[in-house]
Amino acid sequence: MSNQAVAMPRKTRGPWAVAFAKLATDRAAMASLAVFLLIVLACLSAPLYAKWAGTDPFASTLDAVIQIDGADVPVMEQSTEGLGLGYTPIGPTWRLGNYFLGADSQGRDVMARMLYGGLSSLLISGAATIFTLIIGTLAGLIAGYFGGITDTVLSRFLDVLWAFPIYLLAISLSIVTITQGISIGPIEIESGSLWLPVIIIGIVYIPYVARPIRGQVLSLRSSEFVFAAINLGVPGWRILWRDILPNITTTLIVFVPLMMALNMLTESALSFLSIGVQPPAASWGTIIQDGQALLYTRPLVALVPGLAIAVCVMTLNVFGDGLRDALDPRSKVRLGRD
Amino acid sequence: MKKLLLAASAASLLAGMWLAPAQAEYLKEHRGGTIRLLARSAAGTLDPHINYTDQGWQMYQPIYDGLVAFRKAEGMDGFTIVPDLAEALPEVTNDGKTFTFKLRKGIKFSNGQDLGVKDVVASFQRIYKISGPTSGTFYAGIVGADKCLADTKSCTLEGGVVGDEAAGTITINITKPDAELLYKLALPHAVVLPADTPAEDMGSKPIPSTGAYMISAFDPNKGMTVSRNPNFKQWSEEAQPDGYPDVVQYDYGLSEEAAVTAIQNGEADWMYDALPSDRLGELGSKSMDQLHISPLSAWWYAPLNTRLAPFDNEKARQAVAYAVDRNTLVKLFGGKVLASPVCQVLPPDFPGHEDYCPFTKNPGAKWSAPDLDKAKQLVEESGTKGQKVTIIAEDTAISRSIGVYLQSVLTSIGYVADVKPISSNIQFTYIQNTNNKVQMSITQWYKDYPAASDFLNILFSCASFREGSDASINIAGFCDKDIDAKMQKALDLGVTDQPAADKLWAEIDKQVTDKAPAVGLFTPKRLDFVSKRVGNFKFNRQFNWMITQSWVQ
Repeated sequence: MSNQAVAMPRKTRGPWAVAFAKLATDRAAMASLAVFLLIVLACLSAPLYAKWAGTDPFASTLDAVIQIDGADVPVMEQSTEGLGLGYTPIGPTWRLGNYFLGADSQGRDVMARMLYGGLSSLLISGAATIFTLIIGTLAGLIAGYFGGITDTVLSRFLDVLWAFPIYLLAISLSIVTITQGISIGPIEIESGSLWLPVIIIGIVYIPYVARPIRGQVLSLRSSEFVFAAINLGVPGWRILWRDILPNITTTLIVFVPLMMALNMLTESALSFLSIGVQPPAASWGTIIQDGQALLYTRPLVALVPGLAIAVCVMTLNVFGDGLRDALDPRSKVRLGRD
Repeated sequence: MKKLLLAASAASLLAGMWLAPAQAEYLKEHRGGTIRLLARSAAGTLDPHINYTDQGWQMYQPIYDGLVAFRKAEGMDGFTIVPDLAEALPEVTNDGKTFTFKLRKGIKFSNGQDLGVKDVVASFQRIYKISGPTSGTFYAGIVGADKCLADTKSCTLEGGVVGDEAAGTITINITKPDAELLYKLALPHAVVLPADTPAEDMGSKPIPSTGAYMISAFDPNKGMTVSRNPNFKQWSEEAQPDGYPDVVQYDYGLSEEAAVTAIQNGEADWMYDALPSDRLGELGSKSMDQLHISPLSAWWYAPLNTRLAPFDNEKARQAVAYAVDRNTLVKLFGGKVLASPVCQVLPPDFPGHEDYCPFTKNPGAKWSAPDLDKAKQLVEESGTKGQKVTIIAEDTAISRSIGVYLQSVLTSIGYVADVKPISSNIQFTYIQNTNNKVQMSITQWYKDYPAASDFLNILFSCASFREGSDASINIAGFCDKDIDAKMQKALDLGVTDQPAADKLWAEIDKQVTDKAPAVGLFTPKRLDFVSKRVGNFKFNRQFNWMITQSWVQ
């Protein structure tokens, strides 16, 4: 009797599972993701925090008085020495719900504004990322796949957009739209709407996504499986949808955290220059701007949002790198111009 | 030097016996050295016929002269007109329409050229030839000005400014009597420049001057050096006194924070820009002896567009005036030491000013507290509740703070308000242009000269409103025919009876305030921070600190 063992088929993991497993072992990426998610959660709790603290982070409260250890303390303290010039907002109390990070020059709770500001910054950078990816991917797919005049027109348009320094273009667009908003046919966006910075930031980064995608599509276009599909008479849109798009998904996924980090920086810069999020709404950029006038007496007002931006951008970049390694270690995708 | 000292002493003797020994003594003791000034940026063109900035006008005082000048004296005395290049105040004839000046002799420009009648005539023509910013307003009443304004290049002012070389006189004819003409002639836009000065904006090129100092170097990105005019001999201490420092070095580019530190460290003597708000407490307690607080004839206000909803409704405008807490605004500006609450247009101590405040908890002479109930009631009555209002502020810390505060106020009385801070470079013209449909804005007005009309007539007359123009200084678009007629009457009355005219201006001030085309926010004060070595600080109400009348050694 033979005692020969029967060979069982080996269960192989799919590419996604492999990638996730690989990502899970990247401790730096996972730690970054955890920190970023914590910040997101904290920002999402902004309305709850403001309600709990009984503070309105958007209203001037220059005459407010708070209680610290049973004593009444004005939120704006007037200098009592010498000529009695100027008012200084209260510094950090380090008590959650009671001006934890102190007040800004309008007597508003900086902690509450930090959370709301983070919400705006994340919302704008996230939405702008989606906007850029959708438009950039569409442009890249169409230009790369159809080629010819379509490619020429789209590529030149992207070149023109690419030729402008990012911040110059974003500032120009913001200045033009800041007071009047956007009104193109049925599309109407009021000035002061968060959609304005979303669209402006989204537009300026389109070439950064569209060009690498176009390159990948060009390469995929000449691959055998696409030739086979074309020769079988499969319609172009179906080839794009079923054969090409799935092959660039990993690139798009890698783009998400990296673009978000870039968008967050751009949003902060625009808001810092008063042409992004408009007061009294908050974003981390506007809080830095508010804190600029308090650097000498209350440096935390500017430092904390600056630190928040730095941490978010760093975690997104580290996570993005980890994601790229996990999904496509041979990727040549770059966000720079080189 | 000896000659100069003698001349200065002689002039002092003429000006007032008590001043003579002190002035001469001081000049002897403190003359010399370099005074170092700082500003974030240059004040624009060097051309005194074009520059229309506080910073530029202050610096021109020891450099350029007109036929008449504002007295170089401390406080309210600085509002007095004294003869400068003219020997005396003009002889006024022809029912107040002809002014004849006799030019002083022996005055030279800093390039050595003699000052003559032709220079005066050419300077007046140049105001129009270069399309000076006030050629169409302040100087539009000179005979022939209409032709000059229509065709700038071939301006002769024929019959308007007539020079007589032999007699050394200049006759200025105006189309109708103007009580404020001498004020206008004492402004930098009417200073006398050499006749051969090109009829174009001289930009960064210094123009020879008659004053105690001359501009010897200028780089708009770096700084300006002002040194003694070698051809200057003091002719009138009141109009153009000799100065103490040999050189005024004005450097540009430092931030306000850095400028404060430089002054604290004795590396600079003064800064033009406002002190950063976060340094006020420290400076007010540790450097009291280096700070000088001086009243200004100025007005921070929020124009309400009377031609756009909701502020085309008088009750809606009054509601805002009732709701604004001036104490809060004063707090935002740095506290009661630096600003005072205000309801009306004319600033305190100004001709025609009579304390008046209808929009407060207890209406009367002074503002006491906001009346939110009354404000809400007026909003209800006006039927404008729930309407959207956008406030256009400047992108500066103070203006933005005020904007955010006003947004809170408007929200609390029932409007849906938002605030847009836009660049200071464009905000002032942006809010003037009706095409931009600005409902409410935040701005300031600093007097050109001490006359009620410089606030009321300029800011609220029908003629000051120009549809679709960037130069429509009546930002509120306010036009009330009755008030306009009264303003004209006050201007005419000023020619013969200035006190009576000022009474009428006080009445007009109240009427304009009642109509609330703008909400008065506060009257600011000037805070000057000087280094420890600066002595003899004197603040002139017309042109601020008299730089060269202070010494540094």
